Amino acid sequence: MMPVMLWTDALVFLLLACGAAGAWYVRRQPHLLLPWQRVAQSRIGMVSLLVLSLFLLVGLLDSLHYRVALPERNAGQTVYSPEVLSAFDALAGNLRTHTEKTYSSPLATQLYARETVELPDGATQRAYPRLKFGGAHLANPDTEWMGDVASRAALGGLEGALAGGLLIAFLGWAKRDVSTRESRRALFWSTLLLAALIGATASLASGYHVLGTDKVGQDVLYLSLKSIRTGLVIGTVTTLVMLPFALFLGVAAGYFRGWVDDAIQYLYTVLSSIPSVLLIAAAVLMMQVVIEQHADWFATAAERADVRLLCLCLILGVTSWTGLCRLLRGETLKLRELEYIQAAQAFGVSSLRILTRHIVPNVMHIVLISVVMDFSALVLAEAVLSYVGVGVDPSTISFGTMINAARLELGREPVVWWMLAAAFGFMLVLVLAANLFADAVRDAFDPRLNRMA
Amino acid sequence: MLAYLIRRILYALPILLGVNLLTFALFFVVNTPDDMARMQLGIKRVTPEAIAKWKQQHGYDKPLLYNDVAAGAGKLTDTIFVQKSASMFVGEFGFSDDGRSIGREIQTRMMPSLAIALPTFVIGLLLYITFALVLTLFRATALDTAGVALCVLLMSVSSLFYIIGGQFLVSKLWHWAPISGYAPGMDGLRFLVLPVLIGVVGGIGSSGRWYRTIFLEEIGKDYVRTARAKGLSELRVLFRHVLKNAMIPILTGVVVVIPLLFMGSLLTESFFGIPGLGSYTIEAIQAQDFSVVRAMVFLGSVMYIVGLILTDLSYTLVDPRVRLQ
Repeated sequence: MMPVMLWTDALVFLLLACGAAGAWYVRRQPHLLLPWQRVAQSRIGMVSLLVLSLFLLVGLLDSLHYRVALPERNAGQTVYSPEVLSAFDALAGNLRTHTEKTYSSPLATQLYARETVELPDGATQRAYPRLKFGGAHLANPDTEWMGDVASRAALGGLEGALAGGLLIAFLGWAKRDVSTRESRRALFWSTLLLAALIGATASLASGYHVLGTDKVGQDVLYLSLKSIRTGLVIGTVTTLVMLPFALFLGVAAGYFRGWVDDAIQYLYTVLSSIPSVLLIAAAVLMMQVVIEQHADWFATAAERADVRLLCLCLILGVTSWTGLCRLLRGETLKLRELEYIQAAQAFGVSSLRILTRHIVPNVMHIVLISVVMDFSALVLAEAVLSYVGVGVDPSTISFGTMINAARLELGREPVVWWMLAAAFGFMLVLVLAANLFADAVRDAFDPRLNRMA
Repeated sequence: MLAYLIRRILYALPILLGVNLLTFALFFVVNTPDDMARMQLGIKRVTPEAIAKWKQQHGYDKPLLYNDVAAGAGKLTDTIFVQKSASMFVGEFGFSDDGRSIGREIQTRMMPSLAIALPTFVIGLLLYITFALVLTLFRATALDTAGVALCVLLMSVSSLFYIIGGQFLVSKLWHWAPISGYAPGMDGLRFLVLPVLIGVVGGIGSSGRWYRTIFLEEIGKDYVRTARAKGLSELRVLFRHVLKNAMIPILTGVVVVIPLLFMGSLLTESFFGIPGLGSYTIEAIQAQDFSVVRAMVFLGSVMYIVGLILTDLSYTLVDPRVRLQ
């Protein structure tokens, strides 16, 4: 086994480290901890955070990539498979390898289309062939299917709920803190519910394709779970690209004013005057040409797809910093006139030090709110861009590519609905959780709503 | 007023020049015309002669910025920058890869785009403001909470879902409207129903919530309390005072998009097969027709800047205190 560190993996883990460091720092500063305590009191905020962290977990597991060593050796050298797998693939196991011939509906035991099958006595008949894996353990699906599905779901749900309960007991949820009692109660029930749901899905997935299969027989549940990483990467890495531009330029424009301000304003007016989809499309088209002309740069198809994903994040970041930059410039213009800044100037503190010690920490709440709010917009944008043809590489599993593949099949009779439903459903849950969490964060950090604390 | 207008238009020129330079850099410096030719002719086994011929056919066989060979002013004008990029300032958009005049295409495709975008915009605006006013009227009640929850839910749904789901429900299951297509004039009205409906429904979430925030901000101000103290009914306060005073933030967000309506919507037009500028752009992106994409980028930024100027002018209409000098 050879670990593979893709570019986006490195950035995702870098972001995770930044987040952890930030959390550690905030924990030790009571004034910074205060708004977060308000988030912790919000029921909706905590439940959506729980859902988001589940998605994050899947995404992180899917970011630990490796290549398997092939059994045959080439002149003493270990040969590695060209296929790049992730820790999530290893955990998902059968989900990835159990592929059927073509479409099958959720929890089905038969293919979706009739085929000519040979009967034991040599005659042929048009019938729905049984699936290779979905419900293959049933001798007589017509009579046993209902009972088997129900018992698997019930048992799995129960096991999951038990595991969830144990987890809660282990983490010591019953902390005596009156202010967060309501949110902890909500968190308790939603953890149990989610654990039961995951348990039931896992137990069903061991015998069926819970969300059906796609055109080439891939399990749709597996595809949906793999799409999460792409969405998360686009939502987070883009932010990482955008922040330095927005923060540095916005604060500099607001603080120095004069020609610096003019130049920065000119820059972002030019960028924001181009309709964003067009600018992104133009940049992505150019990137495609470069990547296609240098196919020899990449060892595996996964690496090429990954570089494309990274470039997409870069492009999205470079084209989307203008909004936050304008906000930060306005806020800095206000801050620089306040007494404490003028006092610092009178004491002869250098501009750089005023910026880093006095201005930047005081605009961080704007940065945080806008970062959390942008996340959901970026996840949604990925699907649209992939549809337009300027999104991720067609071989990357993402919500956009799933929707694109499924869209063409809506004309079939009976309708192949499960791929679209799965992609849109997962996207809705992810984006809704992000939006609700963003609202909770905004309510907690917005100084205009500041209550007595 | 006129002086102000002229000054604003003069201010717009350097910005457009910046846009022009940016697209020029993106399309001609990051990728040379040779790369484009190779892309169009197929990457593998392209002879230099074929590339030279393609460049000559499409007028890319010139230096980028400075032409040594030409005489006089031609040294500066007989270049790709002037011929292909700067010429857009005077409305010369050139030709697409299949040899059609882009300027003519823009003229003919503008109407279908407007036919969808304008009704969507007007109906949407009225509906969203009404919706937000109702939520404001019933603020801090269960209705308000439910309305905001609905907004957040609708915001979280992908715009692709509105289109695909709408086409499936309305056209395929219920047969209320044709699934896609376009015809000019009154005859084509039935084709407009579905895209306009989907466009309006798709915007309720974010716009409804945004207008509600604006109204709630106004309603906490002193003049509203004065109006109530005079004994005005709540409805009268909302419509005569709050709505009027909320016009400035509303116009800031709304007027700037009006000129962009010409450009149409990429997604709607491509899903519904409407021969507008949006589907033109998307086809160009998919066919990698760079000259069309370049033209649309430039046109889009012109429209945006026109929108900014219109926004400033519109302030004078709603607020007598605003004077443009």
